[in-house]
Amino acid sequence: MIKVNTEESPWRPGMTVRALLDEKLFTFRHIIVRINGEFVSEEDFEKQTIQDGDDVLVLHLMAGG
Amino acid sequence: MGTILKDYSYTPAKIKRGYSGKSLYINLADLRIEQKEITEFMKEKFTGGKGFDLWYLWHAITPETRWDSPENEIVMSVGPLGGITQYSGTGKTLLCAISPLTGIPIDSNVGGYFGPLLKFSGWDAFEIQGKADREILIFIDGNNGRIQIEDAAEYPEDAHLLAEELTKKYSENEDDMVNVSVACTGSGAKYGYMGMINFSFYDPRRKVCRFKQAARGGLGTILHDKKVKALVVKYRGVKPNLNDAADISTINKVGVKYHKEMHDLDQKQNKMRQIGTANTVMIMSQYDLLPTRNFQTGGDPETIKISPKVFIEEWLTQGLHDGCWYGCTMSCAKCADHFLLTTGPYAGQRVTVDGPEYECAAGLGANLGVFDPQAILEENFYCDTYGIDLISFATCTAFIMECYQRGQITQEQMGGLDLRFGNSQAVLELLHQMSRGEGFGRLAGLGIRKLKQIFVEQFGADPKLLQDIGMEVKGLEYSEYAHKESLAQQGGFAMATKGPQHDEAWLIFMDMVNKQIPTFEDKANALYYFPMFRTWFGLVGLCKLPWNDIVPADNHKTDSPAKVPEHVQNYVDLFNAVTGKNIDKEELIIQSERVYQFQRVFNVRMGKGERKDDYAPYRSLGPVTREEYLSRQELYDKQLREFQQLDPEAMGLDEKIAATRRYREDQYEQLMDAVYRRRGWTNNGIPTPERLKAIGMDLPELLEVIEPKL
Repeated sequence: MIKVNTEESPWRPGMTVRALLDEKLFTFRHIIVRINGEFVSEEDFEKQTIQDGDDVLVLHLMAGG
Repeated sequence: MGTILKDYSYTPAKIKRGYSGKSLYINLADLRIEQKEITEFMKEKFTGGKGFDLWYLWHAITPETRWDSPENEIVMSVGPLGGITQYSGTGKTLLCAISPLTGIPIDSNVGGYFGPLLKFSGWDAFEIQGKADREILIFIDGNNGRIQIEDAAEYPEDAHLLAEELTKKYSENEDDMVNVSVACTGSGAKYGYMGMINFSFYDPRRKVCRFKQAARGGLGTILHDKKVKALVVKYRGVKPNLNDAADISTINKVGVKYHKEMHDLDQKQNKMRQIGTANTVMIMSQYDLLPTRNFQTGGDPETIKISPKVFIEEWLTQGLHDGCWYGCTMSCAKCADHFLLTTGPYAGQRVTVDGPEYECAAGLGANLGVFDPQAILEENFYCDTYGIDLISFATCTAFIMECYQRGQITQEQMGGLDLRFGNSQAVLELLHQMSRGEGFGRLAGLGIRKLKQIFVEQFGADPKLLQDIGMEVKGLEYSEYAHKESLAQQGGFAMATKGPQHDEAWLIFMDMVNKQIPTFEDKANALYYFPMFRTWFGLVGLCKLPWNDIVPADNHKTDSPAKVPEHVQNYVDLFNAVTGKNIDKEELIIQSERVYQFQRVFNVRMGKGERKDDYAPYRSLGPVTREEYLSRQELYDKQLREFQQLDPEAMGLDEKIAATRRYREDQYEQLMDAVYRRRGWTNNGIPTPERLKAIGMDLPELLEVIEPKL
């Protein structure tokens, strides 16, 4: 299991950031991802893998109209 | 030209450090025109904009004043930063009055040229009190220091015609038309409580008058009741330092930095320059936040038909500058040109439609079950030219549609209108009826709170159901975000000072998706900071959008990316550079809080600023009906297990709905407790003397209002 925004979430080997965002239906363009506090650049979403037990923060940067 | 009823000369005040130091007062009953001084006390306690409006309004009225009382005022002010041309979004004007929908002060912000041109004509604020004995217009000539009040019976009512005629009338030639701005409502403001005020700006590329709207709370209804057909201001000579800034080089520097961000990042972020605020329609639907069929659900597969892609590729003109004030590189005021109208008095004509903005596409689209961009644009155009607040119209019509589809009212009771969800032709006919003051349209314009009473008393509708599904608080209709799964946003709407409008706080992603504010205290802190911060835009003349609809490339590295710290510092720098003062980001919040708490006390004074006035309809908090519960059954069942340790398998559907409701209503009560504590209010929602003293607002007139309530 991993944590995504403080909530437990299933993990599978080889899971990339992009795969996680797709699974969670996180389609918003303007997202910040941190894994165990470390920032992940958007260019690395496809290749950056997530490890079992990681704490993933997916911040949607929108504060409304 | 109509008869000149009053001709008044004045010497336009020279602006110093963002303020002209003068406000204009006109009493329509005797056509009295006066000048007032903007005092240092006003600047210190109220800053400008909404602060000045509320201060004047407070002294103009009594607790017995109603929206149509002669002493009710429309007050407008642009604020000390209003009109600078080096930064984006610097032309916002705040308007206030006692609202016909709520009975308390409404505040509504609007772009367009009127406010800045009014300030450059020498007026920091403008009060309009009393009622005229005939239809009039007020013309302010800022270059020549002249104000004329003119008989206006001969002019057309609807905004697109009226603004065009008056812009031509007061311009010397085509080049001069950009120097004229018209504030007016339209024929729809005559009969309901949801009339709005359009502010024009002439678009020389399209050769049409464009509009922004002071939409919320019935300001246009009041303008019409005062028999003001239009306000016109003319000022020639807008240039970069009309505000007499203390430090113009800092303004230039901050502006250049910001414009580079817009240039480099907008396409990667929100595409404001392509589609404006409607860029979020699909996102809202994908995150279950797009109000659909009266907020029953948060999206629909058909949303793809009204997606940003559709509007960009098929309807909205691209590549033209669309700022509603000079210097705005965000340029988000998009429009559809040469749009062919198919209904109503202008059927067959081609017009420019300002929009759709997000609220329009969501409210007049998904919330009415209308997934047809052409219909949305036609509704948008008619709301604007008729002077009708499209948010209140949309949310109110969605309520009517659900009442109809649930058998609470009949087609016959609606005068034959078949207001099924999705029937855009019936929606348009309802709008046309509102503009003519005929049939069911006349009734619909009264807003949800009145309609609930009428449907129950005259049509025998179920009062409990109508209370649950009528999306209004304090009498104002909700703006267009579904938010059942964000407790913080439930509070952001229902505890908002003027009523449920998102301009105080939009916390849905922080709360529901990012899980950044899990505890009641976290939510209360957010419901302190963001309303206070966002209030500030309306004090100084700024638009909220450039704050966080684009963010610096390194914003993610900051401790609090949701606050966009670099842009907050931009605002501190701009304020200091214009006024010569030396505030910091903490003082910025205090400036806002002074006005925020003042407005809350104002509500108390008008009989509506207590806990009882901050409750939301249950549709805001959770699933009212079986269909709603079933639409997200997996989620709701999970919450029963996790939050209440109940076994949904052992419960009937109605039992699960009731348990969910008990839990959510209790959560909301706990949120209110936490927010009231954080804002320095009693458990009944009254600002305490201690809090007022801490921010320097323990004014005798405020203490006199709150002390009997403590």
